Formats: sequence, C-alpha cells, structure tokens
Amino acid sequence: MHKEKAVRVGLFVPCYVDAFHPDVGIATLELLERFGIEVDYPFNQTCCGQPMTNSGCHAESAATEALLVKNFQDYDYVVAPSGSCVHHVRFNLDAIAQTDAVRKVRQSTFELVEFLHDVLKVEAFPWAEFPHRVAYHNNCNALRGLGHASMSERRVEAFSKPLDLLRKVRGIELVQLARPDECCGFGGTFSVFEEGVSSKMGHDKVRDQSQSGAEYVVSADSSCMMHQQGCAERAGMPMKYIHIAQVLNGASA
Amino acid sequence: MNDDHAAVQAAMAAAAQATGGMLYPELAAQSDESVVKEGRRLDHAEGTSHPIRPPSEPQPRGARVRGNRRVSQSEAANRFIAATQHEKMHDERLWDLRQKRDRVMHRIPEWEELRSLASAIKEHTLTHLDEYLDQFEANARSNGIHVHWARDGAEHNRIVHNILRDRGATSLIKSKSMLTEECGFRDYMASVGVKVIETDLGERIQQLDNEDPSHVVVPAVHKLRTDVAQVFAKTLGTDPGNSDVHYLAEAQREATRPLILKADAGMTGANFVVAETGTFVVCTNEGNADLSANVPQLHIASIGIEKIIPRLEHLAVFVRLLSRSALGSPMTQYTSHFRGPRAGGEMHVVLVDNGRSKRLGMEEFWTSLKCIRCGACMNTCPVYRRSGGLSYGATYSGPIGLIIDPTFNRHKYSALPFSSTLNGSCTNVCPVKINIHEQIAAWRKVMAENHELPLMKKSAMKAAGILLAHPTLYRAAIASADVALNVLPRFAIYNRLNAWGRHREVPHAPHQTFHSWYRKNRGTQ
Repeated sequence: MHKEKAVRVGLFVPCYVDAFHPDVGIATLELLERFGIEVDYPFNQTCCGQPMTNSGCHAESAATEALLVKNFQDYDYVVAPSGSCVHHVRFNLDAIAQTDAVRKVRQSTFELVEFLHDVLKVEAFPWAEFPHRVAYHNNCNALRGLGHASMSERRVEAFSKPLDLLRKVRGIELVQLARPDECCGFGGTFSVFEEGVSSKMGHDKVRDQSQSGAEYVVSADSSCMMHQQGCAERAGMPMKYIHIAQVLNGASA
Repeated sequence: MNDDHAAVQAAMAAAAQATGGMLYPELAAQSDESVVKEGRRLDHAEGTSHPIRPPSEPQPRGARVRGNRRVSQSEAANRFIAATQHEKMHDERLWDLRQKRDRVMHRIPEWEELRSLASAIKEHTLTHLDEYLDQFEANARSNGIHVHWARDGAEHNRIVHNILRDRGATSLIKSKSMLTEECGFRDYMASVGVKVIETDLGERIQQLDNEDPSHVVVPAVHKLRTDVAQVFAKTLGTDPGNSDVHYLAEAQREATRPLILKADAGMTGANFVVAETGTFVVCTNEGNADLSANVPQLHIASIGIEKIIPRLEHLAVFVRLLSRSALGSPMTQYTSHFRGPRAGGEMHVVLVDNGRSKRLGMEEFWTSLKCIRCGACMNTCPVYRRSGGLSYGATYSGPIGLIIDPTFNRHKYSALPFSSTLNGSCTNVCPVKINIHEQIAAWRKVMAENHELPLMKKSAMKAAGILLAHPTLYRAAIASADVALNVLPRFAIYNRLNAWGRHREVPHAPHQTFHSWYRKNRGTQ
C-alpha cells in the first residue's frame, strides 16, 4: 500500500456474520482501520448468493449477485472475514453476465487473511496478545479454494497464511489436530439437508479439537465455527470459538 | 498389634481392593483371551467355538432402491452412522489408506508432475478415442484376440453369453470388475444358467452375501469380520462364532479353489488397454485375475472403452500412480500383461460403451472418463467414510459416483450430488486430476434446471433469493437478532430448524446485528 493515492476498501460483512457474529464484523473493521485504511460499509449489502448456488439454484442467485456487484463495484478492494463467501465471489459468481463491473468485483475481493498477508503484508500486530492453546480450523473453501495454506492432499511446500499471522500474536500456543484439514461437515445447506452426516462430521471434528488440548478454536470462517460450537456445546466440551479477526485485533479471550 | 502394623494392613487391604484382589497384579498370568463360563475355563475346542468378543451389531444395509425412485443417500447414511462399530471401523480403515497414500506420495518428488502427465495422456486419448480404439482392435486381432463391441450392458451380457454357449461353458470364474457391475452381469448369467464365481476375496464375500461392492478397490470394506463370519457360516458352513481372519480366509479358499480349478471359462476386466501393442493390463493384489485368465482355456475380458492409452510407455505413469493412490502401496502385487491366447486357448475382448460416448459429449462432465478407479476420492471423502458405499444405492459410490451415476439415470440419482460438502479433497487426491467437486456442483445446477430438486428445497431457495436481493425486505426480516435467528437459518432450511438442532445447539443470538451496530456507532455514512 502506498501513500500516493487513498485506497478505498469496501467491507463485506456476510449475512451469517452480520446476524450471528457482529463482533467479527467489528473486529475486521477496527483491524483494517489500525493499518490506516479507510473502510466503507455499503448499507445495502446482503449476501453473496452462495446459499442458492450451493443448492444448484443459480437463477435464484442472480439478483443477489447483481446486488453485491452494485454495492461493491466502486472499491479498489473488497474485504470480507469469510473464506467461504470470498471463494464464491471469486470463483462462482456466474449466475450473472460477466460485465467489467462483475469481473472487477471478482478480482478485487479478498478474504481478510489474504488481504493482511498478501496485500498489506502485515509484519506485526503489536496490540495482539492471546495467551491460550489454539487449534486452527482451515475452512475447506479457504484452504483448497483460496489457497490459504498447503493441503495434505498435495505434494507441495508446507505453508500457512493464517498461521503466519497468528504466530505474530504474543503468547499464542498453536496445537496440532490429528486430521488438520478434514472437513467439519458444515457445508452450507448441507448442514441441514444432510443433517446426520453433517453432525457426525462435526462431532468427530470437535472431539479431535478437544483431544488436541486446545482451549480455543480459531478460524477465518464463522459459519464452520457456528456448526462446530453447536456440536461442542451439545457434547459438553469446553472449547471456545473465536474468529481470527478478533484475535488479530487484540481480543483477550 | 501396634498402630503401624494396623496402618500397613489397612494399606494392603486398600491396595488389594484397588487391584482387583491381587496385591501384586504384575505377577498374574497375562490374559490368553480364554473364555470362562460359570467359573470354569473352557477348553480349547469349546473356547474357540464361542465368540471371545461381545456379539457385534448387525451390519447396516445400503440405500433403499425402488425402481426409478430417487435414491436417498442420507437416509442410508444415517442408518450406517447409527451402527457405531461399523461407522468407526469404516472411517478409520479408509482414513488409514488415505494416510498411507500421503506417505508414499511424499516419497515421489515428481508426484504432481505425474498427475499432470496422467491427466494429459487421458485427455489426449479421450479426444482421439476413435483412432486409438481402431488401432487397438487391429493390433489385438493380429495378436490372435477376438474383439467384440458392445453398445450397452445388455449387449455385453449377450455377447459373453453367446461365447459361453457356443463352447458349452456353464461355469465362469471372474476377477473384480466395476464394468460387469454396471452391466448387471451376475444377475443376467444366473438367469441363463451360467454359474459365476467371483475370485477376488472381497467381491466373493459380497457375492455370497448377495450385496453389491461398496468400494471400487475394497468391495467389502464396510463389513466387520464378524459380518463376514455370519455370511460364511450361512453360505460355506463355517462356525458363525469364529471371526478369525485366517480361519475365514482359509475356509473360503478351501471352498472356492475347487470351483476355480474346474471352471469352463475365465473373465477379467482390465485396468489399461494399450493401443500400440493391442494388449491389456490387469492389476490385482490377490493374483486372482491370473487364475481367472489362466486356469480355463477360455479368457474373456470386459473392458470399458475409456481404459485405452496410446503407448506402452504411458503405462509407467499410471502404474506408478494407481496403487499409491488406492492403497498407499508402491505397486499392486500383480501387474499382468495379456497379449494373446495361449496355445490351444481362446481370448476375447468385449469393448463396452454403456453410456461412455454420451458422457464424452457432455461439456462439463466428460473428464470423469479419465477415472482409473483407484478409489482415492472415496478414501478421502469425509461423507463416504461415514456413510458406507452402499448408501449411494448405485454402481459407483463416493465422489466419483456422484458425478458418474447421474449419467446413467438422472432422476434416480438426482439427490446424490448433494451428498457432498464440496470440500475439494477428492479433486486434490485424484491421480488424474478430475475436478470432481466442481463437477458435483455443476450436477446440482443440472438437477435444479431439470426440476429434480424436491419442491420444498426449490421454493426455499426461491424465497431466499428474493429476500437476499432486496436490502429493505432483508433488513426488516432480520431487524432484531431474535427474529434473525428464526429467519436466517430458515432461508437455508425453511421450517426445519430442528434439522440444525437434532445433534447441535443453535447459535446464540447476539443483541444486535453488525448492521445496527454500525448505524449506531459509525453514523450513516
């Protein structure tokens, strides 16, 4: 980021985050502002269209996708605290004609971790301290779709953008899961239409997290964590779930 | 008795109680898993005739398949999950294969390059399929192989039946072949009075249990050994209480070997067909394909037309990938090349289309024909591991099944593409780089466009689409978090909030949305 020209960033707060995890939206906004960025929040935003497309209903997704583009076409960057929604915008925003504005929004939309790691190239989070044992949950769309980290399926050099960022947080202790990139079973509408398998996967995931000794599970996706937290609470497990934006913004617990 | 002595005695008594009555438990005999009944240790004969473990849960059966009706994978998956011993064993066994695959992958520095090569060879061949098939046919004929062409499963079955009938053959030993499953081959042969004996151990178990294979490589992987003991007890007369693996394998061998030795004909599939040499290659771990091919004088190979590769040198790429991807072993135990009949023998190849040409013409789905049936996508699939392959109610299960099965019957298998979280693991383990999870998503679109979605789902998505496209409506709908809790999950789940809450707690409702926080704290722009 250079000083010559003020960069305009539009904050996209996906529907789940807006309704169930407003603190994640607030942390994202505050964190970006800590780096001197002017952040706009377009009031007429709703959703990226993924729930409909995910169910095969592309036609039903078109108007929502068009609204997203209308809201965000004038920004240099669009930033959202959700790997899943950004994955949809970048790779699956196909229900509408691919105009210049659509292409621009698709290219300029970044998930928060990517934006901090690849665009801002953040060196430090001096305000952040999180003296807890943390298991990181890689959302599948962020991991395999956006390339947040190396995946166990491929023979590639190991890397992880979210862990690079978390390692800059004072006091944090990262623990390893037995199946670090196994899907947790949320899967959007899968979580309710295929409730049995989804829940079984979720309960297996939270057992793995519990056995790792993690006090906190941190992720770049609230939707996966909403599902996992629901499973952990039902199973009486004590893990707490917190979004990476909150940890990087200096949340103490 | 002084106080010290009393204290020692009390401590010893406490220790004895804690260790089950023995003060020095480390001196006790190690358990020999002997069976004790009414305080008496059973002798060897009695002991081995009783199960040493508590009786196992019954094996969950697969999807309920009724004619052309839509198969519900999730219904069968729920029953599989409820059978906790089976589900746990299945998940762990297949995850173990996935981990073995990862380990051998890391020993091959050029792994990703091999995948790209394999994919490119297959794409090239599939886009020149007619040429290579002609080349194979000509070369195979000059090697002395009889080559037949079958448009579909029925024609395949008739061709094989004619070959057998003309030679008076009434018994056939065969190795595992997914193609013959597609063709309903065993049922057909039973109807015309030909006795078919599967020689792959897992496939034989499935045949004896009158069940389809649940996996393309390990067809009985969904069964516990106690299930196998039940099947063999019923069909081979083994002791139902004895689930010792060696005992069961030996009993099967004793029962099947005589049938193999006196069979009139043998059948194999093929993993690869080489156009330039007119030969074909069969990969197995049990050597059973070699028995099927070599014991009888008559060898028939049923081969899907997509199995072809141009040159022998291309085989090296696939052989390096196949078993590593499938089982995490460097190679199958047997990689047998067949180039023509033995002296006095006869060799036939039946090249089968059965929907493959049609699939080749499907713009979004033709690359599924690259599949080499390694099963890696099944082993890695978190849904498959928890559901069992029979829950798909189709010839092919797991991720590759989700994209192949609908090409056979779009309506019947219209729910299958939804049995996935689209996590993408399948695409990334696939040794021929099929974009499986993207094709699963593309099939969902096909299903929606062709009115194959359940009405409830379709109308919920329509309502969500309208709500989410109108900011004012949307804001009114989720104005307060309590209302949002009702509305937001509902746009995904209509009136089935209980579907979320059956095994999970519902999300906590915060006191305000981000939107209202922003309005309150950051003004109105």
